[in-house]
Amino acid sequence: VCIWWPLVLTTLSGSAGGCPFVHEVRKDEDIYSPILRKLFNESHHIFVGLQRIREDLPSKNKKPQFVSISKNYRSVIRACMEELQQVAGIVSILLAVELIWNLCEVLFIDAAPAGSLVLHLLDWVRLHKADVDEKAREVLASESPAEHQAYWDVVISYVLQGRMDEARQVLVKQAALQPAARVMFKLLDNLLMKMPIFNVHSPGETQTLTEFDVKWRHWREEVDHCLQDQSFASNRHLEDICKILVGDEDVLLEYKELLSTWYHFLVTRLLFSHPTVKPTELHYYAQSSMHMFLDTRSVPEPLDSILLAAFEFDIHQVIKDCSIALNNWWFVGHLTDLLDHCKLLQSHNLHFGSNLREFLLLEYASGLFTHHSLWQLAVDYFDHCPEFGRVYLELQIERVPLDTERKALKVIRICEQRQMTEQVRSICKIMAKKALRNNRLGSALSWSIRAKDAAFATLISERFLQDYCAKGTFSDLDLIDNLGPAMLLSDRLTFLGKYREFHRLYGEKRFSDAAKLLLSLMTAKIAPHSFWMTLLTDALPLLEQKEVIFSADQTHELMFCLEELTSGKSVPTPDKPMQVLGTHPLTLYLMAVSLSIS
Amino acid sequence: CANGINAKYVSKKISKTRWRPVSSSSLQQPDIFATGSWDNEDNSISIWSIGENGVSSMDDEFEGDPQLLCEYKHNGDVLDLQFLDQDRIVTASSTGAVTIFRHHHNSQTLSVSKLWERAHHYPCNNAPCTGVVCNSPEIVTVGEDGRIMLFRADQEGVLRTIEKADSSAIHAVTFLRTTEILTVNSIGQLKLWDFRQPGNEPSQILSLTGDRVPLHCVDRHPNQQHIVATGGQDGMLCIWDVRQGNMPISLMEAHTSEMWEVHFHPSNPGHLFSCSEDGSLLHWETSSNTDTPSFLQGGRNTSIISRSAIAPAGGNQSLINAWLTGDSSKGHLETTHMLPSQMLSVNSLDVLGQCLVCGTDGEAIYVNRHVPI
Repeated sequence: VCIWWPLVLTTLSGSAGGCPFVHEVRKDEDIYSPILRKLFNESHHIFVGLQRIREDLPSKNKKPQFVSISKNYRSVIRACMEELQQVAGIVSILLAVELIWNLCEVLFIDAAPAGSLVLHLLDWVRLHKADVDEKAREVLASESPAEHQAYWDVVISYVLQGRMDEARQVLVKQAALQPAARVMFKLLDNLLMKMPIFNVHSPGETQTLTEFDVKWRHWREEVDHCLQDQSFASNRHLEDICKILVGDEDVLLEYKELLSTWYHFLVTRLLFSHPTVKPTELHYYAQSSMHMFLDTRSVPEPLDSILLAAFEFDIHQVIKDCSIALNNWWFVGHLTDLLDHCKLLQSHNLHFGSNLREFLLLEYASGLFTHHSLWQLAVDYFDHCPEFGRVYLELQIERVPLDTERKALKVIRICEQRQMTEQVRSICKIMAKKALRNNRLGSALSWSIRAKDAAFATLISERFLQDYCAKGTFSDLDLIDNLGPAMLLSDRLTFLGKYREFHRLYGEKRFSDAAKLLLSLMTAKIAPHSFWMTLLTDALPLLEQKEVIFSADQTHELMFCLEELTSGKSVPTPDKPMQVLGTHPLTLYLMAVSLSIS
Repeated sequence: CANGINAKYVSKKISKTRWRPVSSSSLQQPDIFATGSWDNEDNSISIWSIGENGVSSMDDEFEGDPQLLCEYKHNGDVLDLQFLDQDRIVTASSTGAVTIFRHHHNSQTLSVSKLWERAHHYPCNNAPCTGVVCNSPEIVTVGEDGRIMLFRADQEGVLRTIEKADSSAIHAVTFLRTTEILTVNSIGQLKLWDFRQPGNEPSQILSLTGDRVPLHCVDRHPNQQHIVATGGQDGMLCIWDVRQGNMPISLMEAHTSEMWEVHFHPSNPGHLFSCSEDGSLLHWETSSNTDTPSFLQGGRNTSIISRSAIAPAGGNQSLINAWLTGDSSKGHLETTHMLPSQMLSVNSLDVLGQCLVCGTDGEAIYVNRHVPI
């Protein structure tokens, strides 16, 4: 599964030419994957922040937060898009992604009402038609701007985007060239200046929709008068502008090239013909705009269908079409999640029981998990999929390769925090076995302690004891001498620690303490039977001391242990076959000593 | 962005960040830092610049992003990174290699100056080299193989090997004196090693009496050679006096998971910094100027629970003892979170002068140029 590809391959559509085209991007992952990684990481940060918005806040307070989060996502997309363009020269699918997301933000999340709806849509169009400013800069920088071949394109483009101030600034250049037509230019300038804009945020002025509508109709009549009066008849361009201002659709369509997309055409239409359009009326105008603008014979592009579905406020259709057309889980996953938080998705039970949001996030996160480094991000996504997230995580986390201790620790920490005890144990066991193979007994023990794996701790202790029996000394004293409470993890480990303590006491010549300990190892059944012979042999030097170390009772106990060992009650081990100890020097000796004491 | 700190996304998980040293005489703030990456198919070490520090303005906490100066491929995860001097960087690799890189200032390039490829190893495999510390030209490294290696930057071979120094993985090392080092391991022990002694035994072993929690980091107080701070798997901050026997002087709850690095501020040791798998970076501040314990004063971010393991010997109000008591009533100890919440693991930090840099598993670097010290 390649996670980069669907974000880079681009299909641009909706161009005035009408034919779709696909950029075949050179498969140079090294160039674009670092840029896309930033997208994944930054959006992960935003995603996690979104999940943690408190449920108990009233939705009125949450809307600005959701809008802000939507803008954060979009700015991350834009940054990534621009970098891809700059560094890799790729026009990526992120262009379409941001366009769609922005529209969804305007219509669904911000949910602009009639009046400000058109203004928001204008912003949307302006953001995605940045070439106007470039052209304008070029024209204005030239020697004689008014005579530049793109001059009128710039003026008209500004008008089409509702940017009257900029249009007027550029028109002034032309006016300067034609002093004779001063009056005409002044008239148009006046009309442009006076165009009413529905503005709810102007301080001290609250305008109702009706008030605005009245004002606007009044202004429109004035423009119409000028047309009827033939005030601009002598200048085709100025007359066209005037006709645009009254929303003349035929003239608008003459400027298809400047509009370049049917949705630009739609918004311009609305601006000049229906600025008080209600959200519920949008779809009608959207459909008609699309039909008027596009060649009726051409099949609508995927992008067009998606935008149309958005104008129809069919959120589910938008998501479905995006999933299919864009083949890209990042976008639909994050957008759907945000829309779900805005409570805009009705719970749609898909046939396998989960809901849409969760399905998309699971798909996205599963893709992330295949990446050698980004798997860590996927964990948070699984966390916020309540139905199946945990199951997915449990399955995937075991496949993360554990090349270093550091990485294993992080994976274990993730499992521990989610009470995935099985996975903790299995990872610790893998690491412990690895350590054991490399003869790192301390590391192996450390892993066993982490997993609270008594069985493995026993295994390690056996290794130590085998080493001791083979060599006669303990290896890794720094470990055994400092077991601390870990000693209690397994009986064998406890025995190891205590046995080593016996040796230490003996070395410090604390013989009676040593003797007591040695005996207790057998009587308290801490020592495995297989080791009793060794222990009894260890008792010999103590018995041989000049002073009496073992009391009579203790000696009896020693005898008892020996009997137990020889009487067949103990289980013979492969390396210590059953010995007949009746005539063993130890037995005779012990008997002698006990007789001498009693 | 919270706390006036900006994220720079770098498309690689950052395992280590270190400031290039500035000469102690100059009052300059550091402007160059190095980073190492991990868990990538192609890991690298990189050199970054945060630009000229001209006139400092109080509101610009983040005057521009760090700029990448140069980068070099690194074999294996960068498990530790130290500046040997102004021009050379030593790295510890998960492949067991120890590498010296040279930074060429004129051409802004990096090159490999020396490589000890199997500095740390098991009999049949590689063993990760987990820590490196320098006192130019000497370099000391430790690894998961339980070995301690001593190199000289200008010599090809190995100066000294302490075989079987540890039966568990050694996670970090620091100099106590020029001839003494301190290591911490995965069974929670601190071991002092004296290079003047021959043989493979530590001169001292210290550990907590309770659970033997693996230790991941250690740092020595800049002025007091017997005071060290450690952090480990349980996120607790321990302050030890290595002269005073087998127990830490104070234990403080710091983080909710592994503490990866702990640093005393090199010139203001009343300040200490720690970072953790739980995504937080804490700034610990001691002062014994006030009588009121921190939790009774308003207007600060977080107060921490601290408890003393034993009562300290002596009771003077010096800054050093403030660390030793860890007790709010005697000294004054408060902590501040330096990063926004909801972060992935902060793997590394470094602090020099007023500047702090850290790196995370979220593939981001954070620089703060106005650390309040």
